[in-house]
Amino acid sequence: MFKALFDVKTLVSCSVLLALLLMMPQFLPRFYVYLFAMMFAIALLATSLNLVLGFGGMYQFHHAVFYGFGAYAFALFVTKSGLPLWIGYVIAPFCSAALGLVLGLITVRLNRLYFGMLQISLGSLVWAITYRWYSFTGGDDGIHGIPLPDLVGSSTGAYYFNLIVAATCLLLMYTIVNSPFGRIFQGIRDNPERCQAVGVNVQKQQLTGQVLAAFFAGVAGTLFVTVEGSVFPDLMFWTLSLEILIMCLLGGWFIFLGPALGAAIIISLRTFAGIYTEYWTLMLGIVLMLLIFFLPEGVLGLFLKKADPAAKGEG
Amino acid sequence: MLHVESLVKSFDGFMAVNGATLKVEKGDVVAVIGPNGAGKTTLFNLISGQLPPTAGNIWFKDENIAGLASHRVCRKGISRSYQVVNIFHRLTVFENVQVAVLSYQKKTFNLFKPAKLMAVEETRQILDSVGLLGKAEMISGALSHGDQKVLEIGIALGNRPELLILDEPTAGMSPEETAVTLRLMKRLSGELGLTILFCEHDMGMVFSIANQIMVMQHGGTILQGSPEDVRSNQQVREAYLGGADECSV
Repeated sequence: MFKALFDVKTLVSCSVLLALLLMMPQFLPRFYVYLFAMMFAIALLATSLNLVLGFGGMYQFHHAVFYGFGAYAFALFVTKSGLPLWIGYVIAPFCSAALGLVLGLITVRLNRLYFGMLQISLGSLVWAITYRWYSFTGGDDGIHGIPLPDLVGSSTGAYYFNLIVAATCLLLMYTIVNSPFGRIFQGIRDNPERCQAVGVNVQKQQLTGQVLAAFFAGVAGTLFVTVEGSVFPDLMFWTLSLEILIMCLLGGWFIFLGPALGAAIIISLRTFAGIYTEYWTLMLGIVLMLLIFFLPEGVLGLFLKKADPAAKGEG
Repeated sequence: MLHVESLVKSFDGFMAVNGATLKVEKGDVVAVIGPNGAGKTTLFNLISGQLPPTAGNIWFKDENIAGLASHRVCRKGISRSYQVVNIFHRLTVFENVQVAVLSYQKKTFNLFKPAKLMAVEETRQILDSVGLLGKAEMISGALSHGDQKVLEIGIALGNRPELLILDEPTAGMSPEETAVTLRLMKRLSGELGLTILFCEHDMGMVFSIANQIMVMQHGGTILQGSPEDVRSNQQVREAYLGGADECSV
């Protein structure tokens, strides 16, 4: 089964990358360990968005709401339930998936752009409730000092935990993209009418995709809490959705690892440009414009094309 | 096998199909002809479930399928191709047909098995029968127009239909490509015993393959009969074939 999913080149380069990442905390200063741990969470988030965006052709304009919902579900479970902390890691993604199911049931009836618009408004509703419900969610203060299991309490522990969880989830999503479900999902992206005409229940397929994407976004939410130890309403604000959308486009949204690369680039840019100027979003705007004109297939798309002009670019 | 009774489709008062009737028996090759705007494509859209009819019945194997969603109609055994190329342009030729085969095998919700290993034989068989096996790994968007139209038919075959509906299968094709498609249709009907319903403007092609012809005008059926009946019918000549003498068919 492994052989069918990966060619040798991909397998080798992924293993090398993974080995490098596993060794890094031995050499890196603490700040970078923290930064990379955060990147793993966001890379997972961007890839989960791309599951429906790049491979399903769904205009998922408010993906951050599932991420924030997962983070909040974890934080609330941990602070309020008194049950073992690890259970929170299991429950939170399912909460996000449930939200994906509820919002999906309403939104998948609509076509492309209208789907995205309705999702923004429903997602903003979830954000507004979180923002206002002081007694339960802490309102705009959020929740701070969330207790974490000892194993992931240190920055190195969080690094390894996030790396392993994110890598596992990426592998799962890669398997899904290459499964019959994923194949049909790409068919729907290219041509939903034709897909329906060959006997596919398009809405059911899209709903399933939405639930899966929400689940993995929820996992990313728990990873965020693992690094940061706090949650706040900005996690489900629509500007974050826009940011991860840009990550997908920047890295290459028809390539599996494109969004993860996009996430790494944007986070680095934000961190290092943020030191010099508070107008770093201006740079983001310029990057986006250049991207649309010169790199319609994204950064990874460009590299893959350079490396192998005949490649289809499924890396 | 298929029996369309006084079918009506109105778009805001415009009667695109108005009282059309059609009978297709098992093993038939039935052509629908008529001038542009006669309602041929709308009729096909109604049968395949892309559009719900305003009134009328569509009987398929003793079941009224009028108004069923297109994916349900497909599962009953009716597959179609489109007049305008309608494929999955980012997928390879192989994957295009595989989507239909996977859907037919009800594997659309299989999440964890590599699709690469599934439905391979069936898909290759179909590609072989339509003559696209050599181009299986090409991205379908990069195919020539003629090949894309053939791929259209290939996708439609993926569902193992009993009734294959082809909407102008040779539109925009070169004479050579038309000849190839004609041979393909003859083979599908002869070897596989498929029932074929198609519409076409190329009268030479219609009269060379169809054993039943239905003539449409203004959304209604003028008549349905054998090619000889249609050729000799005065009403058809006046309405469509354009007068007695200049008609070469």
